[in-house]
Amino acid sequence: MDIFVVETIINGLLLAGVLALLALGLNLIFGVVDVVWLAYAELVMVGMYAVLWSHSVLGLPLLLAFALSIVAIGVLGALIHVLIIAPLLGREPINQLLATGGLLFFLQSAATLIFGTEYRNLGVSLPPINIGDMFISSTRLLSFAVAVIASLLLYLFLSKTYLGTAVKAVAQDRDIVRLMGVDSRRIYIVTSAIGGGLAGLAACLLSLEFDIHPFVGNSFGPILFIICVLGGLGSLAGGFVGAFIISQSIALGGYFLTSELAYLITFGLFILVMFIRPQGLFAR
Amino acid sequence: MIRNHSMAFAALGVLLCLPLILPTYLLHLAILVLFWGMLSTAWALMGRFGMVSLGHSAFIAIGAYTTTLLWNSLGLTPYIGIPLAMVLAMALAFLIFYPSCRLNVVGHYFALVTLAVGQIAVMAIVAMRDQTGGSLGVTLRAAEGGHSIFALQFTDKPIWYYIALMVWLAGLGAWHYFNHGLRRATLDAIADDEQAAAAMGINVTTEKLRVSLSSAGLSAFGGAMLGQYLQYLNPEYMAGLGVALPLVFSAVVGGLYTLLGPTIGTLVSIGFTEILRVTTGTALIGLANTIYGLLLIVIIIFAPLGIVGGILAHMSRQRKGAR
Repeated sequence: MDIFVVETIINGLLLAGVLALLALGLNLIFGVVDVVWLAYAELVMVGMYAVLWSHSVLGLPLLLAFALSIVAIGVLGALIHVLIIAPLLGREPINQLLATGGLLFFLQSAATLIFGTEYRNLGVSLPPINIGDMFISSTRLLSFAVAVIASLLLYLFLSKTYLGTAVKAVAQDRDIVRLMGVDSRRIYIVTSAIGGGLAGLAACLLSLEFDIHPFVGNSFGPILFIICVLGGLGSLAGGFVGAFIISQSIALGGYFLTSELAYLITFGLFILVMFIRPQGLFAR
Repeated sequence: MIRNHSMAFAALGVLLCLPLILPTYLLHLAILVLFWGMLSTAWALMGRFGMVSLGHSAFIAIGAYTTTLLWNSLGLTPYIGIPLAMVLAMALAFLIFYPSCRLNVVGHYFALVTLAVGQIAVMAIVAMRDQTGGSLGVTLRAAEGGHSIFALQFTDKPIWYYIALMVWLAGLGAWHYFNHGLRRATLDAIADDEQAAAAMGINVTTEKLRVSLSSAGLSAFGGAMLGQYLQYLNPEYMAGLGVALPLVFSAVVGGLYTLLGPTIGTLVSIGFTEILRVTTGTALIGLANTIYGLLLIVIIIFAPLGIVGGILAHMSRQRKGAR
């Protein structure tokens, strides 16, 4: 096989790590709270600005800036649940979707208002790794490793701790779990904070590689949603598989064709799969 | 009932007289409100029955681009181009909505699948840049003299205002059609519980397709007319989530379940943006949408019926109280 094809596949695979991380967060929230956060990609955008601001303006060391961003977006996630989602929980689910759509608008515009529309970046770059004739982005390698570790930690949390078990229990049956003495409102807040924290972590990883601007969420938000729907909304494993399928389709399509055609084919394929298996590949 | 009718006629009379009193700039805004109000109304045809599409921008784009490109390349008059565009949009709608109905793709899944459809439209426009001009957009080829009934191009704003008014009334007409007696009861039943509706002998797929294809066709119609008016199309203004979401928001802010709600919502959002733009200039870019986004969340939480719906509910409560 052509060496460049291998390089494309590997780089696509590595990008899938961050997307899988985000899919994990979105699916966790959907699985537990039964809400799709349309503004999830915008949380990542806010997180990227948090990194930029605390590193470039406050002058904090990069790792501290990362930690700050993860905590800040985690808190933001909890706030979103308390302020926006919780009052709408009893209503038709579509109200919650639209309210987070309003949040998407709000966050994008507020970022424009505060930071302007210029593209900014951290100014940090890691040299690519050279294997034979292939160039592998070391930023992506790092992101991939961090994403995998974070996913494993989340898995351990869900399966080994009391709180994690309660989160899973709410996802399985929200009515019965109340009888078991679990305060589902508290679980919702914890889940939303974890979901936010994952977005914050993804923001740290993405800010190493991509420029930051108020509409950066538009470039991966729609992809993120189709990844989750493809894998089956609420399915943590499905999100992982979906992320790898979609990012390979985009990476390879972009290599052999143009990148717009790659996206076009990917989205088309997605719709086709939806009509073959509407509940997603890994239905809950 | 008679009072309602006379009020409607009085309102229509006022709308007919607007070009005589409004300055050009406000007339331009009024035309935009009518077009986008109609598009939002077309979206609400489906939205009010629980089919929340985030991909209606695709139908609008098909309407606008098909009509413009046919005129630019073949010189085909919009009187043929627009019906063709509507058929094309309805064909796409059938391709998406028929399997959705049969396979029971509803709720969140429906919203996210249609979101993907909207994205496909953007990508298709960009990918076909040789024909569509890609992100740079495409300009409608001007007819000779700039004023031609054959090309559906007019330089007079008042003419466009009356055209927009008719387009808007067509949208209201469609809304009224589906709001009528048994048709509405049927669709309400489906929105409530598809299985129960099917058990009662309702052909769920046919009923849903009827309303969603109408909605798609109307969106293409409105998009085509808007394109004729603006004479310039680009994917940012005509396609994608940036178009689909505001359409939904207008309907929700104004009142999803009322005839005039989507239009009032459009009026509020366009009026608000323009007032802020004029008063604060470009220094505070993003301020209008920041407040609009907040307003939206607040309305969804505290006034789920929207502005018009809320007022109507309040009035009917008062009437009951007076009795």
